Amino acid sequence: MEYVIEMLGIRKEFGSFVANNNITLQLKKGEIHALLGENGAGKSTLMNVLFGLYQPEAGEIKVHGKSVKITDPNVANELGIGMVHQHFMLVENFTVTENIVLGNEPTKGGTVNIKEAAKNIKALSEKYGLDVDPYAKIEDISVGMQQRVEILKTLYRGAEILIFDEPTASLTPQEIKELIEIMKRLISEGKSIILITHKLNEIMEVSDRVTIIRKGEGIGTVVTAETNPDQLAELMVGRQVEFKTEKTVANPKDEALNIENLVVLDYRGIEKVKNLNLTVRKGEIVGIAGIDGNGQSELIEAITGLRKVKSGRVTLNGQDVTNKKPRQITESGIGHIPQDRHKHGLVLDFTIGHNIALQTYYKEPISKFGIIDYKKISNKAKQIIEEFDVRTGHGETTLARALSGGNQQKAIIGREVDRDPDLLIAALPTRGLDVGAIEFIHRRLIEQRDKGKAVLLISFELDEVMNVSDRIAVIYDGQIVDTLNANETTEQELGLLMAGQSKSKAAMKGDE
Amino acid sequence: MSNRAINILVPIISVILGLIVGAIVMVVTGYDPIKGYTALWNGIFGDIYTIGETIRQITPYILAGLAVAFAFRTGLFNIGVEGQLIMGWAAAVYVGFAVEGLPKLIHLPLALLAAAAAGAFWAFIAGYLKARFSIHEVIVTIMLNYTALHIANALIKSWSGKERTENILPTASLGSTWLEEITEYSRLHWGIVIAIIMVFIMWFILERTTLGFELKAVGFNKNAAEYAGMSVKKNIILAMTISGVFAGLAGAMEALGTFGYMAIRSGFTGIGFDGIAVALLGANTPLGVVFGASLFGALKFGATNMPNAANIPLEIVSIIIALIIFFVASGYVIRIALEKFGKKKEGN
Ligand SMILES: Nc1ncnc2c1ncn2[C@@H]1O[C@H](COP(=O)(O)OP(=O)(O)OP(=O)(O)O)[C@@H](O)[C@H]1O
Ligand SMILES: [Mg+2]
Repeated sequence: MEYVIEMLGIRKEFGSFVANNNITLQLKKGEIHALLGENGAGKSTLMNVLFGLYQPEAGEIKVHGKSVKITDPNVANELGIGMVHQHFMLVENFTVTENIVLGNEPTKGGTVNIKEAAKNIKALSEKYGLDVDPYAKIEDISVGMQQRVEILKTLYRGAEILIFDEPTASLTPQEIKELIEIMKRLISEGKSIILITHKLNEIMEVSDRVTIIRKGEGIGTVVTAETNPDQLAELMVGRQVEFKTEKTVANPKDEALNIENLVVLDYRGIEKVKNLNLTVRKGEIVGIAGIDGNGQSELIEAITGLRKVKSGRVTLNGQDVTNKKPRQITESGIGHIPQDRHKHGLVLDFTIGHNIALQTYYKEPISKFGIIDYKKISNKAKQIIEEFDVRTGHGETTLARALSGGNQQKAIIGREVDRDPDLLIAALPTRGLDVGAIEFIHRRLIEQRDKGKAVLLISFELDEVMNVSDRIAVIYDGQIVDTLNANETTEQELGLLMAGQSKSKAAMKGDE
Repeated sequence: MSNRAINILVPIISVILGLIVGAIVMVVTGYDPIKGYTALWNGIFGDIYTIGETIRQITPYILAGLAVAFAFRTGLFNIGVEGQLIMGWAAAVYVGFAVEGLPKLIHLPLALLAAAAAGAFWAFIAGYLKARFSIHEVIVTIMLNYTALHIANALIKSWSGKERTENILPTASLGSTWLEEITEYSRLHWGIVIAIIMVFIMWFILERTTLGFELKAVGFNKNAAEYAGMSVKKNIILAMTISGVFAGLAGAMEALGTFGYMAIRSGFTGIGFDGIAVALLGANTPLGVVFGASLFGALKFGATNMPNAANIPLEIVSIIIALIIFFVASGYVIRIALEKFGKKKEGN
């Protein structure tokens, strides 16, 4: 069998930290090869080596059987290797075409020939069923579309081998379905794909083989048809993983959060939350189920004080917190795991230690009279890093930027849970986390509940909402259209409600 | 390469490159570079007197550099140090000559305080406009530089009716007969002590206080800062205002130390603008600024010896100094390139 790519015995170090040790990955022509490993296992690092962003300390890379040195991404491009990164690299106020040609603009008489490029891009887009408008601006298109632009970018540069780093982490279920179709299409056109994902069902569905790495070490490669999710999880984590977190029946007490007739506008002044009512009690987890864009972001931002409330009332423990400042709201007992960890959750240029102190740096015991005791910050950070198993290269002094995506998320969760808030708002808390970490986070959320705290969970994944919540509030078009008990509903019923079907209809269909 | 190594290497390499190209310019224009650089050296370290003068020259550069660096560290670009310095100069001189009958222990601090307040107020305007109306601080501060220049000139005229103000009273002076005596009667004054104290204060604010933590967080990521309950607007205004304090004190060095008066100017002092290069050269760290300011002050002052001692015309001297500055500035470009590259590598 001929391999298009062979990475043999790859080793990559960051200072004294070994991120990849003796990893071997062989990609056959026309296959989808999954790369599986815990957060911080070294998947992105390995792919960055293949893409020429990092130079390995040891090992060999062969392309079509020939040994090569990939010194930078341009070399990778020439070898036909393209990468769709975990975090997109697009210029927001440029058009699709401008983004795609950026770096090798087609010129005609000294000026960029955008028309020609747009035509080619349109053709490519049609060939692979991507349905991208070459003249749309990046800031105006959805995350799923932006990802397709990234895919087009690699195809436009003639990629034969495509690397996808967690492409589904930020997509809606519908978009995921479409992406899987696109990948199959790419394969049928003769491309080969390396796919990083934490979602085992996706691996089972699309991949041909799976290579597993654990803590930087290559564990081996298995054929997908000969394995199952349980085995994969065990290979990757090194122990058995519970997919469904066990929990006792909730024992809800007084109201923690109460929202009455809430109206919130988005940044364009359009009503996104419309007369919304919701209650979360102490000792229960309420999950908000809904399709992205139905007002979830605006709702959370309004509760946490990041966005003005137009009308209505938000009370926490009976205390009115409507339109209070974020700090007042935080101090009255709200913890918030934000949806976008790079935008709100972290100061990427701070160390992870400073990020862990982001909500407490001004309070005793960390600071007194406006002077920070950095020793206390380090100690606190060490404790949280330990407790939440945040894998860092150099402990609490590592820059947040240098952490793997999943470990950044664990640090944020650690920071918020450690403050032991009366109400914990968790927005997509497990996005980008491995199955082991997801299990851990779910247990921590349930633990908070069992301690008598209230938890509000927002997730686009029905599995997660159904698994973790006690009650499920379905949001559609800025309103809670129904609230159901988690153990009395079905995925179909929720799906229909989320799509805006009325309650009775949904119940009828659910019974069918 | 580690960050630290880059921080130390970049300025050293750029200075050496500047010196080499400067030497080439001298050779091409028919002057002896060895003689030229000897004159430069002697102009800086020649004797006790020149050393005293060099330190005096360095003092306002340190403070101007701190002003720029402080703003930089909090995500702001303060081009207005020049104007803030001029306002500080005017305020210090005014308090220095107009407030009579105070003991030195009160008069001198009062004059310094006036300078700091004037600089702070001038910078506050830019900070406020940015926080309140999102007007970019670069534009505002550039305009405020001109405004400051002309306001100061108008004030001087109205105070004295002449081209320059009266001299400040001895009770407001930073001068020291002791410092003058040990440096063979240079104009060295106590300002250098104030500058060093301010170096420490900047370090302390940024690295030890909650205020510094907030200012840096806002500078790096406004959204995350807001999420963490910090007031972005308040911090922008504060950052700018504190930067202005440093700038105003730089003006006080000229007012209460070197000159003791203020004269009508047709153009800028240049110290505020050089402060930008000083900050860049010093990688925006307090200690780095001391290094950058030393280089600038030394070059500027030492260069004045080159026409006398090596017969190199002032124009050529200016070119050489400008070249060194140029390489320092492009060293910054190299650094940005190195860091960008490094960051890209770190991202996943
Ligand atoms: N530039 C860097 N400097 C230092 N350490 C780094 C750097 N990049 C990554 N690391 C460390 O190397 C390890 C592997 O990171 P990598 O990003 O490859 O993980 P990953 O498998 O992609 O995880 P995730 O699933 O969370 O994205 C992590 O512990 C990370 O902290
Ligand atoms: Mg990764």
